[in-house]
Parts: sequence; C-alpha cells; structure tokens
Amino acid sequence: MDSSRPSDHVSNEAPIASPELGVVGWLRWVWRSLTSMRTALILLLLLAAAAIPGSIYPQRSADPNGVTSYFQQNPELAKVLDGLQLFDVYSSVWFSAIYILLFISLIGCVVPRTIVHAKAMVSPPPVTPRKLSRMPAYFISKTKSASSDSIVGDAAALLKKQGYRVEVDGDSVSAERGYLRETGNLIFHVSLIGVLVAVGFGGAFSYSGQRLLVEGDTFVNNLAGYDSFSPGAFFNENNLQPFSMSLDKFEIAFDNNVDHVGNTGTPIDFRASVSTKLTPGSEASKAVIRVNEPLELPGSKVYLTGNGYAPVLAFSDKPCKALPGGVRVIEGPFSYEGAVPYLPQDANYTSLGVIKLPDAKPNQYGVLSFFYPTAGKLPTGAFTSIYPAALSPQSSLLTLNVYVGDLGLDSGIPSNVFSLATHGLKQLSGGKTGVKPIQLLVKGNAQDLPNHMGCVAFTDLKRFASLDIDYNPGQGWVLLFALLSLGGLILSLLVPRRRVWVKRTSEGVEVAALARGDDPALEKIVVEVADELGFKAKSKKKDTDA
Amino acid sequence: MPKLLQVLPPVFHAQQTVSLNDDLSQVSLYFIYAAMAVYTVAFLAYVWHLSQAASTVKANRKGATRIEKWAFILLIISALFHGFGVVLRGVAASRVPWANMYEFSITGTFLVVAIYLVSQVFVKDIRILAVFMSGFVLLVLGIATNQFYVQVKSLMPALQSYWLVIHVTVAILATGFFNIASAASIAYLMKGSKLVETSKLKGFALTRRILGLFPDMNKLEKLAYRFNIIGFILWTFTLIAGAIWAERAWHRYWGWDTKEVWTFIIWTIYAGYLHANATRGWSGKRSAWLAVIGFCAIIFNFTIVNLFFKGLHVYSGLK
Ligand code: HEM
Repeated sequence: MDSSRPSDHVSNEAPIASPELGVVGWLRWVWRSLTSMRTALILLLLLAAAAIPGSIYPQRSADPNGVTSYFQQNPELAKVLDGLQLFDVYSSVWFSAIYILLFISLIGCVVPRTIVHAKAMVSPPPVTPRKLSRMPAYFISKTKSASSDSIVGDAAALLKKQGYRVEVDGDSVSAERGYLRETGNLIFHVSLIGVLVAVGFGGAFSYSGQRLLVEGDTFVNNLAGYDSFSPGAFFNENNLQPFSMSLDKFEIAFDNNVDHVGNTGTPIDFRASVSTKLTPGSEASKAVIRVNEPLELPGSKVYLTGNGYAPVLAFSDKPCKALPGGVRVIEGPFSYEGAVPYLPQDANYTSLGVIKLPDAKPNQYGVLSFFYPTAGKLPTGAFTSIYPAALSPQSSLLTLNVYVGDLGLDSGIPSNVFSLATHGLKQLSGGKTGVKPIQLLVKGNAQDLPNHMGCVAFTDLKRFASLDIDYNPGQGWVLLFALLSLGGLILSLLVPRRRVWVKRTSEGVEVAALARGDDPALEKIVVEVADELGFKAKSKKKDTDA
Repeated sequence: MPKLLQVLPPVFHAQQTVSLNDDLSQVSLYFIYAAMAVYTVAFLAYVWHLSQAASTVKANRKGATRIEKWAFILLIISALFHGFGVVLRGVAASRVPWANMYEFSITGTFLVVAIYLVSQVFVKDIRILAVFMSGFVLLVLGIATNQFYVQVKSLMPALQSYWLVIHVTVAILATGFFNIASAASIAYLMKGSKLVETSKLKGFALTRRILGLFPDMNKLEKLAYRFNIIGFILWTFTLIAGAIWAERAWHRYWGWDTKEVWTFIIWTIYAGYLHANATRGWSGKRSAWLAVIGFCAIIFNFTIVNLFFKGLHVYSGLK
C-alpha cells in the first residue's frame, strides 16, 4: 500500500468470517458481505458487463422494429435470446437483480458511514501519535529556539487560521481539515439513490405518445388522438390536459448550394409551425417546434421526431373525364380522398406510401406507391429521387402499383397502415406485370386505373410531421440529484482531507502530516507549516516512495 | 446519378444558408499531414531518447537529455500544425470542428497533446510518457485521415445545439485525461510484470532499463489516479449533459441507446476503478487493469460502436 493511502483510507474491514451457526449469524454474515466494499466493487463491474448485451441485440424499448426483424431473420435464436430477456436487458431480472443488490449494498454502506462521519464532525481531532516520524510527511528541526514556549500556541493559531480544526494536547497540536471530503462522498452516494428513486417515480407517472400530423390536421390530446401510446404504471388518463394542436405548416431548409459537393440536399432546419389551444374554447396561440426545441405545454412537451411527404390523392371508381385541350380530371364520388403520409426511404426522400381501398367497387384493391420529390433515372431505368425537395412542381413524380384481391381488413386482425401484404393479391401494374406503373404529377392530369377500375389524381402535395408528446414528472428531480451527486463527487475527489501535527520535543520541533486519500500537496504542507512557524530547514521527507 | 441542375431554382420552402469552404478544409488537411510528419519525427526522437537514456554506455546517457529537448521542440511544432489544422477545419465548416469521426479524432488528439503539454509543466513525472502520447496521437491521426476523412458538411438539425459544444468538449477532455492516465497505468503494469522483471532474454534487459527511466510504481499509480479522477469528474458531467441534451433532441433523457449504454459502461468501470483503489486486495495491479480496461472501453465506444452498432448517434459521417 502506498504512503498517501494510510490504512484508515482503505476499508479496513476484517476478513469476513464464515457464517456462525444459526439463522441470525447467517443473516449477519450475508449483510456484512453484501455491504462490503469488495461486493460493491464486484457488483459495479458486473453491472458494466451486464449492460453490454443491450448494445449488441436490438432492445424493445429503443428499437422495437429491430427486434421484429431479428425474429424474422433468426426465429429460433430469437426465441432463445428472448427467453434470456436479451431484448429487454435493462428491465430483465438479472440486470435488475444486480442494480438492486448494488443499491441495497449502497444503503447498507452509507448509513453507518454517515453516523461515523457525524460523530467525527463533532469530536476533536485524534490525539497526537507517539511516533510522528512514521507519518508520510515529516519535518524535524533540532534548533534549540524551537522549544520556546509559544510554539504550541503559535502552531494552534496558525492551523486554525488555515481552516483546520485544532486540539492542543500538552506539548503538541493535533489538527484536521477536509471533512468536506467525506461529506461530499456521502452526498454523492446518497444522491445516486435519489437519482434511482426519481427515475422510478418519474417513469411510473410518465407517458409518451406518438402522433403523425399532416399539414392542416389537428390533434386532440386524449388517448384516441394518439397513433401509439406508452404509459407508465401509474398513469391516469384524466391527467391528460385537453389541449389541441394543429400543424399549420411544415418547412425544411436544405442546403441548396450546388457547390457544396457532398452536402447539397442535406437538411439544415426542420420547422413545424403549430397552433395550440389549451382548452377547447380558448384562443389559439402559434408556435414553432424544431429539433432541439420542443414546445412546452402544460403537462407535456411536444417534440419533433420525424417528417415526410403526404401527397393528397383521390381515387374514384368512375373513369377519368377528358376535357378539351388534353386535360383529364377525376370525378366523384371518391372511394378515397385525402393526404397519405409516405415514409421516406432514403436521404433524398424517395418515399413509400400504401393506400388501401376496401370500399372500391366492384373489387377492393390496394396501392403501393412511390414518391420522388425530384425524380431522376438510375442507369437501370428505375426512378430515384435526386434532391429531397420538389425543385419545381413538374419535377416530382408519383408512381402507383395496383394490387387487387382481399386486403384482409375484415378479419379483425389490426393491420399496419404503412404496409401492404401483397401475398395473395394480384398485381395489375408495375413490376413484372408488363403494364407500366401509373405516373402522376402534382396537380397534373388524372390517370385511369388498369382494367377500367376507375381514376386516380394527385391533387396536392403536403408534408407531415411526426410528433412525440411526452410527460415525465421525475425529470427535474433526476437532474437535481445528478447535479448534487456531481457536486458531491467533486468535493469528495478534490478536497484534501488531512491531519497535521506539531509537537515540541526536548530537542526541537516536529511537524508531520497524514492524508486520507490522495494528497499531492502533503509534503509541501509540512514544509509550509514549519516555514510559517519560523523554521527554514529543509524538510526531511519520509521517502516511502523509493 | 444524374447531374443536378447547375443552379437550383428558388425553392418553395424555408431558406437558410450554410457556408462551407472545401478549399480551406483541404488546407486544414495539409496542416494535419504536416503535423503527422513532425509527430513521426518527434516520436522517433523520443524512442531514440529512451534507448540512449537506458544505454549501458555512459556517454550515450549523457546525450539523451539533448535528444529529449529536441523531441520536445518537435512535439510543440507538430502541436502547432495540428492546432492550425483543427481551427481551419472549424472555419471551413463555419462551426465547431467535432461533428463527425474525422473531426472528433483531430480535435480529440489535439486536446490530448494540449493537456499533456500543460500538465507536464506542473507534473514533471509525466514527461517520460511523451513517447506513449505521441505514438498514440500519430496512430489516431493516421487512422482518421485514412479511414474517417469526410468533406466538410453542415450539421444535421439534431446536432445544432450549444450542447454540442458543452457535451462533446467535455467528453473529449475527459478522454484526454483518461488517455494520459492509461499510459501511466500501462507503464505501471509493465514495471510490475513478473515477466519483465525476471526474464533473462536480452530484449527484456533493455525493457527493464527503459522502464527504469519511468517514475517508480508508486508514483505511476498516483499519476494515473490523479488524471483518472479529473477524467471521471468530466465524464460524469458528460453523462449528465448528454442526458439533458437527449431530453431536448430525442424527447427522453435516457433511452439506453447504444452510445448511452457505452457511456454508462465506461462510467461504471471507472467507478469500479475508484472503489478498487480503496479496497484491500484490489488497489495496485487490479485497479491499474481496470483503468486500462476503462480506456479500452472508451476506444471501443469511439470506434466499433460508432461504426458498427445501430443507434441514434449516427454521426460518424461515413456511409
Ligand atoms: C451505485 C453504486 C455505487 C457507485 C456508482 C459508486 C461510485 C463511487 C465513486 C465514483 C466513488 C469515488 C468518489 C468518491 O470518493 O466519492 C466512490 C467512492 C466510495 N464508495 Fe462508492 N459507489 C457505489 C456504491 C458503493 C457502495 C455499495 C459502497 C459500500 C460498500 C461504496 C463505498 C464507497 C467508499 C467507501 C468510497 C470512498 C473511497 C475513497 O475514499 O476513495 N460505494 N463510489
């Protein structure tokens, strides 16, 4: 052990003896083992190791789609992994067991330490040891003048001025300072408990809901208003504030400088302009939500998490109507009319949309559609998008592949609005059918569907924003405890805790110091104290280092 | 890919301009190359210094001090080139130069050198670690310019926040301190290794003499500890700042994203290290190993996790 870590620094638990006989003896043994430093250390390392698999396998909490595709790709292995809770590592039995044990150990450790520390704070520094020369920093002066009577009083006054707690003990002064080190350590550990409690409490009352809004749409904050919603254990629906929010406009700024090779088309800013009403009758207020700038509403915050295009489409069972001048328009009644959110597939917003028309006559059909904001052609002849925004109304293109057959919407099984199970359907256009996919331009001519099924038109282009509405009452507390623990940590690691002794002997004077923990300044302190007391002699440091 | 129109017509959405200067970023790269060249010479000079200082011939040992002086001057020159390169990169991109892996690498290594140069004024014992440090910086710069280089790009909206400055600067600083500490721990472990101590092979005799130039084990252990505690405080701050930022950018303060997981793992390993220092039977070698493992986890987090793990922190800038 090195000199700067005196024995009182290292946890000086005696080796923990094997359990005594009897239940009480055994329990005591378990408790003492659990609250020992060694156990805390091992649990910490175990916790680090146990966190690793969560970064290797997709987690349901962070990446549910990843878990689904893992199940599709390796169904057998996925089952085994799922049995081991490897898709839910951070709520798994084994991960929880480790951190719960760690925190029990922590409490068992902090409580007695707090008591010891409280006692130390009110009791005087310990008596001067007999052999000061054993201390890691030591100074001796054998000048006679040293034994002047005032030396003890001078030393006491000096050390007191330097912030030491001082006790005069006959011919010697015993002084100690840096109690804040241990206070900081305790604050640090207790605050960790605070963090854990606040995380748990916040999680229980929290909720997180998602809603996709197309420009012009309005969202009302109740359970029916959400596309998906995950509440904490104690969430109560009545706590949802009855606000409503409309997406007035969604804008993106892309880098449109063609000289910025490799950067042209990169998004620079996303802005969702919204109007909110806090209660149904109240005045609407306008706000802008950006990435990194959520909108704070009473009882929740609204975050911008995604966006894309929402072409407005109309489908009718009647054929398109030809007007003079080659213009073709669609006529109602419509089997579908409205904005369809298309999911972006790449950085240039090549987007995929799905439309299901269960009410179309005579046969229901589904449509798989691609949208290219600025269409270009790949060498293979396939379309792609070459710029993420529509450079002109004529530049963006929408293609449609039509599938007829039973869409399976009547079976009662909820189906994903963003995917079309083409299995069992008959494709009528695009792909290998030999029929060209239908191509539409925004506000352009309407087009006939294959097999005289009707007409389709691309009447407008809007955007959508994916919003996250979140509430977590524990957040502020987590932050508070985290900052407290940071403060405690700084005190605990940087405040030097040391004892200094000045002793008058028959031959002269001795000054010695002992640190608890690492203290780079220990030897300097001894020299300085001696210096202040009027001894210019060189320190004779006790070099245990060599 | 079809070519874009030469001039994009005015578009019907919000406009905002970015300023990127590719020529300047090229100049920045030349400065980095120049720094690498001088680092190479400095590194070799440090190796030469060690071999001379550990020589059995007295005359050689005498010359060693001068070699070290020259090596130090070279180190300062390379640090200047390096610093220019970093600043120019920031000017070229009109923002802080740490938004992708190439930029993290050049800024991070520059901070390592800067921390080292400042610290060695106060802590003379770390001067001898220059050989580790210059070698490490050279290696990272080599990988960065070869594998991670990307043209200057604008910031994605999630990164446009003053937290990029706070969180990332502190993370890089923490890494710098951990880096120097791990060099001390490695020297400590080598000195304490039975193999090095007792082997009769020739190479080991030289290694022993070289290691003899390093501070004694006790001092190395303390050095590592002092740099690690600073690193740990900074890392704790990084973790908290990251959570605050995540709350704004990703709507939750903690979500076990892969990068968050690794930040946590690293924090926990170093907490283990601090405990080990105060636990009988664990202080000394075992805690030194923990410090080295902790630094390996940092490197792993920066390389493998950035490049191959799936998560929200996708900003390596590489496809
Ligand atoms: C969540 C679990 C824990 C974490 C993250 C943790 C973290 C830390 C850290 C970072 C330090 C160094 C800073 C300081 O000195 O205050 C430390 C010190 C310390 N911890 Fe913990 N700790 C945990 C649990 C425990 C437990 C269970 C015990 C008791 C068995 C314990 C006892 C101590 C002691 C005695 C020190 C002081 C060591 C010294 O003086 O350097 N800790 N802990």
